[in-house]
Amino acid sequence: MRLTCPLCGARDRREFTYQGEAVALSRPDPDAGPEAWNTYLHLRENPAGWRDELWYHEQGCAAWLVVTRHTTTHEVRKVQLARDVAKAEGTA
Amino acid sequence: MRFSALKILKEGLTGNRGWAPHWRDPAPKPEYDALIIGGGGHGLSTAYYLASQHGMSNIAVLEKGYLGGGNIGRNTTIVRANYGLPGNSEFYSHSLKLWERLEEELNYNVMHSQRGIVNLFHSDGARDAAARRGNAMINQGDDAILLDRAGVRRMLPFLDFDNARFPIYGGLYHPRGGTARHDAVAWGYARGADQRGVDLIQNCEVTGIDIENGAVTGVQTTRGPIRAKKVAMITAGRSGQVAAMAGMRLPIESHVLQAFVTEGLKPVLDTVVTFGMGHFYISQSDKGGLVFGGDIDMYASYAQRGNLPTAEHVIEAGMALMPMIGRAKLLRSWGGIMDMSPDGSPIIDRTHIDGLFLNTGWCYGGFKAVPASGHCMAHLMATGRPHEAAARFRLDRFETGQGLMDEEATGSQHNLH
Ligand SMILES: Cc1cc2nc3c(=O)[nH]c(=O)nc-3n(C[C@H](O)[C@H](O)[C@H](O)COP(=O)(O)OP(=O)(O)OC[C@H]3O[C@@H](n4cnc5c(N)ncnc54)[C@H](O)[C@@H]3O)c2cc1C
Ligand SMILES: [Zn+2]
Repeated sequence: MRLTCPLCGARDRREFTYQGEAVALSRPDPDAGPEAWNTYLHLRENPAGWRDELWYHEQGCAAWLVVTRHTTTHEVRKVQLARDVAKAEGTA
Repeated sequence: MRFSALKILKEGLTGNRGWAPHWRDPAPKPEYDALIIGGGGHGLSTAYYLASQHGMSNIAVLEKGYLGGGNIGRNTTIVRANYGLPGNSEFYSHSLKLWERLEEELNYNVMHSQRGIVNLFHSDGARDAAARRGNAMINQGDDAILLDRAGVRRMLPFLDFDNARFPIYGGLYHPRGGTARHDAVAWGYARGADQRGVDLIQNCEVTGIDIENGAVTGVQTTRGPIRAKKVAMITAGRSGQVAAMAGMRLPIESHVLQAFVTEGLKPVLDTVVTFGMGHFYISQSDKGGLVFGGDIDMYASYAQRGNLPTAEHVIEAGMALMPMIGRAKLLRSWGGIMDMSPDGSPIIDRTHIDGLFLNTGWCYGGFKAVPASGHCMAHLMATGRPHEAAARFRLDRFETGQGLMDEEATGSQHNLH
């Protein structure tokens, strides 16, 4: 598997660290309540299909990336800088 | 049909014409007292104990593929009771005791072999941790022996004791640990359940869960609707999709775990060895293949195949630990889909929907759990109360933060186990 970092180009999977489903971009308010925090921290959609994930280009430019990837074929459709995604969503 | 040495002898002399299928192939009935979704190890053992311990035989197991085609037929078969935390300790201890009488109980050769397990350590701190774990195991009533370097060398002279990065300081030996034949465990439970009247329905994918007024009423399947007031979701890596049919989201992420086997070799390794620092463990199957594996591939996946970087990592660790493995030819590698929970421990519990039960979160360690998981799940489904050995496997522990069982002490968050 290779991921195409928007800054560094196509790189080997080993340069990247997987963090999980891209939920960290919309973190609940500190006092949002236990349900919101449980959903954020633990509950996962866990789809067999497309989803957005957070990967970290640890051995490259050290950028956080939002990778749109298919969990059964491992096909990667899109890689964006997490910063840009958060800005567009107004959560940055 | 009962298996015995005499029967094998007789069949051997008469052309093996007297063997009958081990279970029926029934069509689904419109209604059962209970349904089990998933014909893996845990679903089949649950069905068996519902019938054998609780007299519930008007039940069915619904399997989308064939019995034993999931993780139960893909794992590396290590059976052990060397957990350290309350909750896990008593559960795996219970499971090992069930293993020890399983073959007699099922009249089935599951090839359970208590060849022992050695967990290696490579520093003084790790020795202290191993001693502590060993004491926890002994307190639980199980067995553990702390081996020094010479003790390990006597058992496993071919390891690289002076590896520059991870020299071997000793090992924690668990003599009652070992291996079993994975498919035979599924088949033995399937046969035992079938003999007690359980319908094992294959090629029957559950596509919907029917809920009325907060209570489960049945399921929709590719072989038509089936009614039942009790339904158990026991689908390992597919738990997320099945729970979604009941409108639930689970604290589970599915990951692929790989394993590898070499060509058959003469006996060389008569125990199980784990090299935790390298994420590597190995045993030798009765056919002679060296069976080994390591960590998950470390990204969410439903592909039952892994990626090369992990294969490389596992094989490098194998070479570091026992260089002689380099002379063996690798025959096959494969993958299975693991139901990873945030704290690395499982869930055996009711859901907020009446009559709907959940069994999941086995991560990479659910084979050894098959007997106790089914035993405790059946108890919960039949009596409505958790079995004491599995009372801590609660679904709400993540929400409340109470009773988390983070065996590896890496944190109770996704993707840390
Ligand atoms: C490579 C590898 C090595 C492992 N090594 C070990 C080990 O050494 N020791 C250990 O203790 N554990 C080990 N494990 C873990 C262990 O195999 C699993 O935790 C355990 O088998 C999971 O439970 P199960 O047997 O019920 O799962 P499965 O056999 O996967 O059963 C789940 C079943 O549900 C069915 N299903 C899914 N969705 C539906 C649906 N909608 N309708 C109907 N049926 C459905 C599936 O087809 C499947 O048959 C390993 C796993 C892997 C992959
Ligand atoms: Zn980069």
